[in-house]
Amino acid sequence: MRANRPVLSILLWTLLSLVTLFPIYWLFVISVKPAVELFTTPSVLLETVYWKNYVKVLGDDTLRRYMFNSIVISTGNAVLVTVLAFMACYALSRFDLAGKENIFFWTITNRMAPAAVFLLPFFLLFTQVFVIGEWKLYDTRTGMILLYCTFNLPFAIWTLRPTIDAIPKELDEAATVDGATTWQVIREVIFPLARPGLAVTLILTWVFAWNEFLLAATLTSFNARTITTGLSEYVTTTGTEWGTMASIAIITLIPALLIFSVVQRHIVAGLTFGAVKE
Amino acid sequence: MRSNRVGWLLLAPTIAILGIFGIVPFLYVLYVAFHQWNPFGANPYMIYNGANNFRRLVFDNEFLTSIAFTLKFAFFAVLSEVILGYFLAQLFMKEFPGRGLFRTIHTLPLIVAPIVVGSVWRLMMTPSIGIVPYLLKSWFGYDLNIGRDATMAFALTVIMDIWHWTPLVTLTLLAALVSLPKEPFEQAQIDGANRWQIFWHVTLPMIRPAILATVFIRLMDALRTVDEVWMLTGGGPGAATRYLGLHIWKIVFPKTDYGYGSATSVIVLYLTLVMCWLLYVALVARRDQKRAS
Repeated sequence: MRANRPVLSILLWTLLSLVTLFPIYWLFVISVKPAVELFTTPSVLLETVYWKNYVKVLGDDTLRRYMFNSIVISTGNAVLVTVLAFMACYALSRFDLAGKENIFFWTITNRMAPAAVFLLPFFLLFTQVFVIGEWKLYDTRTGMILLYCTFNLPFAIWTLRPTIDAIPKELDEAATVDGATTWQVIREVIFPLARPGLAVTLILTWVFAWNEFLLAATLTSFNARTITTGLSEYVTTTGTEWGTMASIAIITLIPALLIFSVVQRHIVAGLTFGAVKE
Repeated sequence: MRSNRVGWLLLAPTIAILGIFGIVPFLYVLYVAFHQWNPFGANPYMIYNGANNFRRLVFDNEFLTSIAFTLKFAFFAVLSEVILGYFLAQLFMKEFPGRGLFRTIHTLPLIVAPIVVGSVWRLMMTPSIGIVPYLLKSWFGYDLNIGRDATMAFALTVIMDIWHWTPLVTLTLLAALVSLPKEPFEQAQIDGANRWQIFWHVTLPMIRPAILATVFIRLMDALRTVDEVWMLTGGGPGAATRYLGLHIWKIVFPKTDYGYGSATSVIVLYLTLVMCWLLYVALVARRDQKRAS
């Protein structure tokens, strides 16, 4: 259609890629510099690499606790969400339930609500209403795992539904004729075929839970604090420990970077409520 | 054999969790919004006070300022992202070596946690250690200080949002462009249409649904931006970047005036929904009107 000028395209994209990558590179640069060097002339190139910031962060008991909490909460939430979404999608796909499309649509509305609006009700519910004797949902990992379902479960149902719908019904009908129970059909027929979709759902929900900040900052105080909250605490309380802050940010970033290549093609579909498929 | 009871049973946990953590908080915040309730105030009990909280909101200057700034932020950020994203998507339509790699790099910001994005930009923009203020100073003699300059702080939150979310627009529009049929373009070229005419009369009408969906999603997200802005500017200087989410979190929430805070939350939710609904109606209705005439 148009004249192809590959050199121009490559030049332009190289420039854009630099703009995209530079901020993350700069984060790394700050994280491997001793504090005294930060305030001299900023330099883009690295002469020496100073790992003490990382040693300090990984040796800090509080931060280690936050990282552990983040891992427990993200993993717990991702597993719970994927299992529930798998069950729900199977039900929506294979059973003739009254009003099921309305239920399906209702789930997505949960994802669209701004988190800030629900800070206050969640805080009040977690400290005053969802209370059993001395035990509160506030500042517990269980609370955060359940809470993150509000945005991750709709997402998981939306990404998994097409996968389950695409599995031919004849397969489970044949299995049923052979005398398989619903549980056996799910385990032996549906699960093996849905595995790639389930993996993507699991990974993306894990990242969303890992990245979440606002709800964790409001609904935890110490016991269930996550690493994203730890990162923000470093800025507001100490302010000047830039190297430490940068290395926490890098540590927060690492899991996302590691799995990035695996789920790259599904990120956009995930972020647009499945409205866009690549 | 395959009774619906099993189906409902499989669906039950999902409905229960989304009910408890979705519908209950919504009804609860609506209920508290019509009460006066400050557990640390003179009267710590919940007292029904009708629409008083809402009446107070109309004259709450901090709140009104925050609405104005949030709208300004969402407008500039989403508009720039859609325009920029469209051009980048067009660039990706051409074949050139390394396209896959560039595309991967371009997708990267999408998976970075908003709180990390904020940290990154703060490290680049803080006057004493940041590279950008340093270069601006030594090259142009310009003093960039986001702690003092409200306009620059606002502009930087927009630029940061563009860095973070333009890739989403690019990839969404790219998916739409790739799926378009070739014939209308060939026909338009045969008819002697120029580039602008092709864009306006052929491309735009066909990708309008995709643009609409993208603007919708981006607008919803821009209206609730909190994490990045909090890390970059802390809502300052003054109230220049204290967008609605930050306003609720940092101003309303710590006051423990729960009745009034709930009313604020309800209004913010209402405004978000209304704005998106208006956008939807404006764009969809216009299209239907055209079709009818």
